[in-house]
Amino acid sequence: MPDAASEDAVLLRGIWKRFPGVVANAGANLRVRRGTIHAVLGENGAGKSTLMNVLSGVYRPDEGDLVIDGRARRFSSPADAIAAGVGMVHQEFRLVPTFTVAENVVLGASPLRIDKRDISARVDALADQYGLAADPTRPVWQLSMGERQRVEILKALWRDARVLILDEPTAVLTPAEADELGGIIRRMADEGRSVIFISHKLDEVKAFCDEATVLRGGKTVAESLDVREIEPTRMAELMVGDAGASVAERPAPHPVGKPVLELRGVNALGSRGLPALIDADLTVNEGEIVGIAGVSGNGQRELADVVAGLTPTTSGSIVLAGVDVAGRPPRVRFKAGLAYIPEDRLGVGLAPALSVVDNAILRSYRAHRRGPLLAVERCKRFCEGLVEKFGVKVGNVDDRIGSLSGGNLQRLLLGRELSGEPRLVLAAQPTRGLDVQGVRAIQQLLVDQRDADTGVLLISEDLDELLTLADRLFVMSEGRLLAEFDPTTATRAEIGAAMAGADGAMR
Amino acid sequence: MSEASIIGLFVFTIRFAVLLYLAALGEVIAERAGVLNLGVEGMMAMGAVSGFLVGLETGNPWLALIAGIIVGALTSGLHALLSVVLGADQVVSGLALTIFGLALAAFIGKDKVGTPPEGTFEPLPVPGLSEIPWVGEIFFQQPPVVYLTALAGLGAWYVLNRTRVGLGLRAAGESAATADAAGHSVVGLRVGAVMVGGAFAGASGAYLSLSLAPGWTEGMTAGRGWIAVALVIFGAWSPGRAALGALLFGATLALEPRLQTFGVDISPILLSMLPYLLTIAALLLLSIRSRNRPSPAPAAIGIPYRREER
Ligand SMILES: Nc1ncnc2c1ncn2[C@@H]1O[C@H](COP(=O)(O)OP(=O)(O)OP(=O)(O)O)[C@@H](O)[C@H]1O
Ligand SMILES: [Mg+2]
Repeated sequence: MPDAASEDAVLLRGIWKRFPGVVANAGANLRVRRGTIHAVLGENGAGKSTLMNVLSGVYRPDEGDLVIDGRARRFSSPADAIAAGVGMVHQEFRLVPTFTVAENVVLGASPLRIDKRDISARVDALADQYGLAADPTRPVWQLSMGERQRVEILKALWRDARVLILDEPTAVLTPAEADELGGIIRRMADEGRSVIFISHKLDEVKAFCDEATVLRGGKTVAESLDVREIEPTRMAELMVGDAGASVAERPAPHPVGKPVLELRGVNALGSRGLPALIDADLTVNEGEIVGIAGVSGNGQRELADVVAGLTPTTSGSIVLAGVDVAGRPPRVRFKAGLAYIPEDRLGVGLAPALSVVDNAILRSYRAHRRGPLLAVERCKRFCEGLVEKFGVKVGNVDDRIGSLSGGNLQRLLLGRELSGEPRLVLAAQPTRGLDVQGVRAIQQLLVDQRDADTGVLLISEDLDELLTLADRLFVMSEGRLLAEFDPTTATRAEIGAAMAGADGAMR
Repeated sequence: MSEASIIGLFVFTIRFAVLLYLAALGEVIAERAGVLNLGVEGMMAMGAVSGFLVGLETGNPWLALIAGIIVGALTSGLHALLSVVLGADQVVSGLALTIFGLALAAFIGKDKVGTPPEGTFEPLPVPGLSEIPWVGEIFFQQPPVVYLTALAGLGAWYVLNRTRVGLGLRAAGESAATADAAGHSVVGLRVGAVMVGGAFAGASGAYLSLSLAPGWTEGMTAGRGWIAVALVIFGAWSPGRAALGALLFGATLALEPRLQTFGVDISPILLSMLPYLLTIAALLLLSIRSRNRPSPAPAAIGIPYRREER
């Protein structure tokens, strides 16, 4: 092998991968130099995860060549890829919730006989070496998303992966955690490993990565760009195919009407049985967007669940569009005019095994009846209407919805929830993991709702998003809603201090 | 109530417990790998008839037991092929296996119904221990399969909890995609687990026709396979707890024919419902206890795994 070739840790050439009704990769190329951090960019559905799954042996490409460390490879299973030194942290984590951290780390790469104490000690040592704090004896279901991420990275390190793929790792992290991750992967690169980093956040790409490859529609449209020399706006242009600023403008103010949501002294317990929402008082009026900022895990999920009726309150009252809904089931809330965009799209918002049509009518199925039966054609037309109006990329509306990419799932979910003329939209992390176009489309939909005199409660970890969209802003910390901020005058530093102060006290 | 009849009750409690536990242990292994196999009853019948016939032919109980084990494993291979390799619905495939196994066993054994058995297992007193009053009679004057079953339970626990294969197997039962991404062969683990499970069910059947109730009649498994399936749930998918459950359920089976001699006037039919009632109660307890933690049931049970699908 010539020297130039062996400098490449990964070389993918002309990769094609077709799924029923979709071409996910259409001749994609990627070249990753050893010891560098390489960003793979592209909008939702561009085929990033598919290409990475090809590289990690999960998908078999229909066509194309794969060269790792100068050797041509053909993987028939993830085990082959692991043996070739490729490790992947999937967009949806691959962890066994009931196993301990140590068991998850060594799974598939442990000694034949397992001595729990021994593997815990060794996993602990590895974690220390890379500064990845993780208690090896804790079961994974008790961990936060950030901690789970560390377990996934430990898994790859345990196998001594020479090529580490991180598929949207920062989507579940706080800004501070993301920075920490940036430091860790830089160390790994300095050790001679190669890291492939997928993210929609271009500032992260700029801060962490050396080179970037851009995919669009399954093809590579720009290969191995030098990140230092290219502007984020140019990267965004390449991704979407035309110019577009990444942050939306602040929408013009809109007159505010009557209250649509009033929480008074609401308390609720979290999943560990401890108080997670404490004395919440909150009002959302017609025609305004109320933002909730904060580091995740400070009660935002419980706040959303309490309003949606998925978690019982231990005390307090919830009035939704004039109806007292505390203690009433979700159905009552939907009838009162609630639209809910949950954080966990596939778990709570959609049923992955059902078709796109079935998911689209989950809320409004009563409107598509013929006698006691569903009018199938009408359901289909309704769904196709949503698909078109909200720009959902889908092969066939009868396909399982689980086969859509993350951004397209979110569009369909929003379409479904907003189609019922809601009085209150409750959106939890609605733009997480979406590409630039997706983010803007979803943000515009929320503003449109506000302008139609709907109340919007927006829970987000993206402070820029909140500062741009929200009319009023609260910071949540340790289960409490802290002082209200005016987003037009509040500084990032003030809000960050409120978030971070609480964060510091928590640890 | 004589001392002999009380000892007899305990002796048969253990013997019935072994019948149930062997089958349940096999089902625990399959379910921990994520495959529900409702074919236990059919696999037991196949093990029973083949053990009985090989016993007639060779007069050697060990060869007969091995025949039952092999036939049980092969029978379950059908379920493995359909539900694991081809991704068919596990409930449907398992039920079909029960119906098929019962019928095939009846067909194979139809000319030998009522033939006096040969090559049956005799009690094997453990030197020394069997002399202990009560304890010795109850535990240490049993047929050898009883002792082997205790070893098998320990072995299964060890493999599941202390080995790489066991870790991979449990991962396949909790999240097949995770086991796959970690480099385990999900299909290999699941086929293996189902067939080991079938081997245990076959052993249970052969033990029935060679030791517990020597002989062959159609339908002699009499729903014990279903009790074993219930026992897996009662035992919360753990070899240890299933052993305790097996003793409890075994006691109800041993008590059934003895109720009259003990002068208790309740219908044996009520007693035969007890294992199922206990299982329902256990399910209730489990669901109350585990509201905030993952249930002990393997999360991926019943879900076929295909790598490129999501
Ligand atoms: N297993 C699968 N079965 C069917 N279709 C699939 C499968 N995986 C991906 N697709 C389709 O292939 C296309 C590319 O998806 P992919 O997940 O690779 O996109 P992505 O770039 O990772 O997007 P995102 O940023 O939303 O994660 C999408 O249209 C998706 O619906
Ligand atoms: Mg993706």
